[in-house]
Amino acid sequence: MPNTATASAATAIAKNALELRNLNFFYGKFQGLKNVNMNIEERKVTAFIGPSGCGKSTLLRTLNRMYSLYPGQRAEGEINFYGQNILDAKQDINLLRARIGMVFQKPTPFPMSIYDNIAFGVKLYEDLSRGEMDDRVEWALSKAALWNEVKDKLNQSGLSLSGGQQQRLCIARSVAVKPSVLLLDEPTSALDPISTGKVEELVHELKQDYTIAIVTHNMQQAARCSDYTAYMYLGELIEFGSTEQIFFKPNKTETEDYITGRFG
Amino acid sequence: MEFNQRLYKRRQRANTIGLTLSMGAMVLGLFVLLWILSVLFSNGLAALDWNMFTQSTPAPGTDGGGLANAIVGSLMMVGFSVLVSTPIGIFAGVYLAEYGDTSKTAELTRFVTDIMLSAPSIVLGLFVYAIAVATLGNFSGWAGSLALSLIAVPVVVRTTENMLRLVPGSLREAAFALGAPRWKVATLVTLRAAKSGVMTGLLLAVARISGETAPLLFTALNNQFFSTDMGAPMANLPVVIFQFALSPYDNWIRLAWGGALLITLSVLALNIVARVFLREKKAG
Repeated sequence: MPNTATASAATAIAKNALELRNLNFFYGKFQGLKNVNMNIEERKVTAFIGPSGCGKSTLLRTLNRMYSLYPGQRAEGEINFYGQNILDAKQDINLLRARIGMVFQKPTPFPMSIYDNIAFGVKLYEDLSRGEMDDRVEWALSKAALWNEVKDKLNQSGLSLSGGQQQRLCIARSVAVKPSVLLLDEPTSALDPISTGKVEELVHELKQDYTIAIVTHNMQQAARCSDYTAYMYLGELIEFGSTEQIFFKPNKTETEDYITGRFG
Repeated sequence: MEFNQRLYKRRQRANTIGLTLSMGAMVLGLFVLLWILSVLFSNGLAALDWNMFTQSTPAPGTDGGGLANAIVGSLMMVGFSVLVSTPIGIFAGVYLAEYGDTSKTAELTRFVTDIMLSAPSIVLGLFVYAIAVATLGNFSGWAGSLALSLIAVPVVVRTTENMLRLVPGSLREAAFALGAPRWKVATLVTLRAAKSGVMTGLLLAVARISGETAPLLFTALNNQFFSTDMGAPMANLPVVIFQFALSPYDNWIRLAWGGALLITLSVLALNIVARVFLREKKAG
C-alpha cells in the first residue's frame, strides 16, 4: 500500500505535455501507426527509436499535425496537449505549430539573412519593436550555441553557413518563437560528429525550458540525451519507459534484440 | 571473364557512328544559325546609325529616316504587356504550385495554359482583333499590348509553377512548422527561393513577345509618325520590318535589316541576362 501511494504522488508531480490515446494513423489505406498510447512528460527528453519505417517519424509528424498538409493522410484517436485534443477539427493548426515546433533531418534555412531566418517565425505571432527583435534574435542564437559564430554576419544569407551551423540556425529559429514542445526529427543525421555533439549538448540545455521529443537512428544518442525512450516497430509502440530501464533491463525481448544489435 | 573481341569492336563502331551523327546534327544547327547571324550582321550593321534612333519611319519616296517611332512603340507595348502579365502570371503560377495541386480548377488552368502556350500567335491576334479592334472600331497600342500579354502570360505561369516545384518540400514544411499560414509560406519562402528562376521566366517571356509580328499586324497595326498614344495605331519594330522588307525602296529595306538586327541583339541580351540569373541561382 505505501508503495502505490508514493507512486501516485510521483505521477501527480510529473506533468504531461502530450498524452496520446489510441492513436492510429493512415497513409491512404496503409496504417502507419497502430493504437499508440503514451505520455510525453513536460520538460523531459523523450526519444523514439526503431528500425526505418517503424513509424517514429510518422508519430512525430502527428504531434504538430504536419501530416495535414497532405490529402489522404489522417489520424484517429486523441492527442491531448495540456488537456486539449489537437486532432480536433476545430484546432487552429498554425497556432498549434507555433506552440509545438519542429526541426527536420536536413537543415532547411530560408533563402534570407540569418537575422531574418530567426525573425520570420517570431513576426508571425508577435509584434516586437526593432530593439526587442534584436534581443530575441540574440537570445535564440545563443540558446542554439550559434551566436558567437554568426554575431558579425547576421545580414549574410543563412545558406552561407556550414551544414552544422545551418542545423543550429534551424533549431534557433524554432526556439525563437518560444514553443512549449520541440520535435526533433533525426536532427543530427546529416551532421559530422562535432556538430552532433553540439546539438546534443543543446538538447540537454533546452530541456530546462522545453519538452523535447527526438527521433533518432543512433541508439547511443538516445541513451546519451533522453530521459524516456520509446521503441517502435511496424507502427506499434513496443516498449516505453525510462531510458535507463529500456537500455539496461528492457521488459520485452524485441526491445533487447534491437538495442543489442541482434535485430534492426 | 572471357574478353569478347567481336562485341568490343561492335560497341566501338556503334559509338563512332553515334558520335558522328550527333556531331553532324550539331554542326548543321550551328551552321544555319551562324549563317543567319552573318547575313543579318552584314546587312544590318550598314543600317545602324544614329538616325535610326532619332528619326521616324520615312514616307514612301523620301530619303533617310529611322525607326524611332517603331522602337518607342515596341518598348511601350512590350512594357505595358509585362506590367500586366507579370502579376497575373506569377499569381497563377503560385496558385498552381502552392494551392491548386491536383484540384479540378488547377488541372483546367494547366490545360488551358498549355494550349495557350502552343497556340499560333496569329490566332491570338485575330481574337484580340475581334474583341477589341472590331468592337471599338480602331487599331490601338492597347490592343497590341493585350495580344502580346496573351502570349506572355502562359509562359510566365508555367515557368513560375515549374520553378516553385523545384523548391524542396522540406523548405515548405519548415516554414509551416513555425506556424506560418500558406500565403506567407508561398510569398516569403518558396517564391523567394525560386526568385531567380521566376525572373528568368519573365525575361524569356519578354524575349518571346518582343519579336512577335502576327499578333500586332491587326491590333496595333502601324503608324508612320511618332506617337506615344496607346489609344491610336502604333508603330512597332516587327510590323515595320515586315512592311519595309517587302517594299521597293532601298532605304526602307536597309531600315528593315537594321530593325531586325536590333531585335536580335535585344533578344540575345535578354537571354544572356536570363542565363546569368539562372547561374546565380545555382551558385547561391
